[in-house]
Amino acid sequence: MSTIPEQLRYAASHEWIKVEGETGTVGISDHAQHELNDVVYVELPKVGTKIAAGAVVAVIESVKAASDIYSPASGEVVEVNGDLVKKPELVNSDPYGAAWLFRLKLSSPAEVEALKDAAGYKSQIGE
Amino acid sequence: MPVQYTGIVEEHKAVREAAGVFDISHMGEFFISGSNGLAFLNGLLTNDAAKLGVGQGQYTLMLNEQGGVIDDLILYRLHEEEFLLVVNAAKIEEDRAWIRKNIPAGVVFCDKSDVTGALALQGPKALEIARAFLGAGWPEPKRNEITSYSWNCQNVLAARTGYTGEDGVELFFVNDIAENFFLSLLEAGKPLGLKPCGLGARDTLRLEACLPLNGNDLSALRTPIEAGLGLFVSLTKEADFPGKDVLQKQKTNGVNQKLVAFRLTDKGPPPRPHYRLFLGGEQVGETTSGAPSPTLGYGIGLAYVEVEEAEPGTVLEMEVRGVRVLVEVVKKPFYKRAV
Repeated sequence: MSTIPEQLRYAASHEWIKVEGETGTVGISDHAQHELNDVVYVELPKVGTKIAAGAVVAVIESVKAASDIYSPASGEVVEVNGDLVKKPELVNSDPYGAAWLFRLKLSSPAEVEALKDAAGYKSQIGE
Repeated sequence: MPVQYTGIVEEHKAVREAAGVFDISHMGEFFISGSNGLAFLNGLLTNDAAKLGVGQGQYTLMLNEQGGVIDDLILYRLHEEEFLLVVNAAKIEEDRAWIRKNIPAGVVFCDKSDVTGALALQGPKALEIARAFLGAGWPEPKRNEITSYSWNCQNVLAARTGYTGEDGVELFFVNDIAENFFLSLLEAGKPLGLKPCGLGARDTLRLEACLPLNGNDLSALRTPIEAGLGLFVSLTKEADFPGKDVLQKQKTNGVNQKLVAFRLTDKGPPPRPHYRLFLGGEQVGETTSGAPSPTLGYGIGLAYVEVEEAEPGTVLEMEVRGVRVLVEVVKKPFYKRAV
């Protein structure tokens, strides 16, 4: 059983987003980090990048493979988590905390409402 | 076999430090017998099968007429006139078709892939576990040898071979006992640190040992000479095998590209297959395998590069998602076990 915090929204592609005002913070789920296992490299977007919901925005590499990370919402990247460049393993140890990937200034906050809630995501991953 | 049981790095380390067991039942097992069997195999495969005594095995390759690799396999001589070929799972159909197309009278071919189970027990503790599990009477094979033994009244073939760079055995048995055999072996090996291992660890282990993977590092468009496997090609044997003339020419005239080992020198993204390699503005090669090495702690890979750039110490640029990072050609293998 993986951890699925109630207050977050989830994309079918396993990213989570936390909305505070106009800003959304994005990371990957505990289930996703467990599936990837042994994360060794994180490639983040540049601040200022404008991104559409569903577009590839980052790459997480585990021992097994390189995996694309999709933005769960549209907006402009306003901050990235530089700690992950030096400590990619944080993605495995703290996926909902220290391993947030980037923050977006949301261009259409309503998109987030269309994402899954914790119960919906839980049922998607069969837990 | 799953990609991982508990995690690639954990499984990888178990094999390097203690032992791991892989379910390799997906691999193909062909039996060839008859008075013309040896002559047939020598005209089909690159290595010299006549060098095999009863109970011995050798790494060898099956080529197309252009010298490209159809499959790489291990050939064992079980009896004077009976041979076992252990072939790659993805190539069973293609290998079988190629053999059937070439088979002469007086040779009996039997594909037992569907009814044969197989396990690879690998690591510094592998032999100790095998001895404890199979019992005192087990005739222990030496490097590249194969022996036959009875486990619970069922015949088990044990070959001292593997695909991890460690010592160990590969065990072949009738499929019916596979589950029981696997679980019993795991139980017996637990006190010595034996772990079940998946495809992910199998790939990082074989890559560190620079053992080629067919479909990645070997293909119908690359010859064993280009792949650096000349040691397993006998051009001096009398028999003509498909592609022999092409290989002879390559040996005399040289090749344009060679399979090399390289490591990441930057702290960049790990190498993966199909990344392009550059020297200055010019593309000089392409990667065929790549991963972060759990043993070494940096990215490693195999690539075909122009022979001019194939010397260890050569620094090249690898393009990853539009960005270039530095890699260095190094001596093979990345990892060699202490004997």
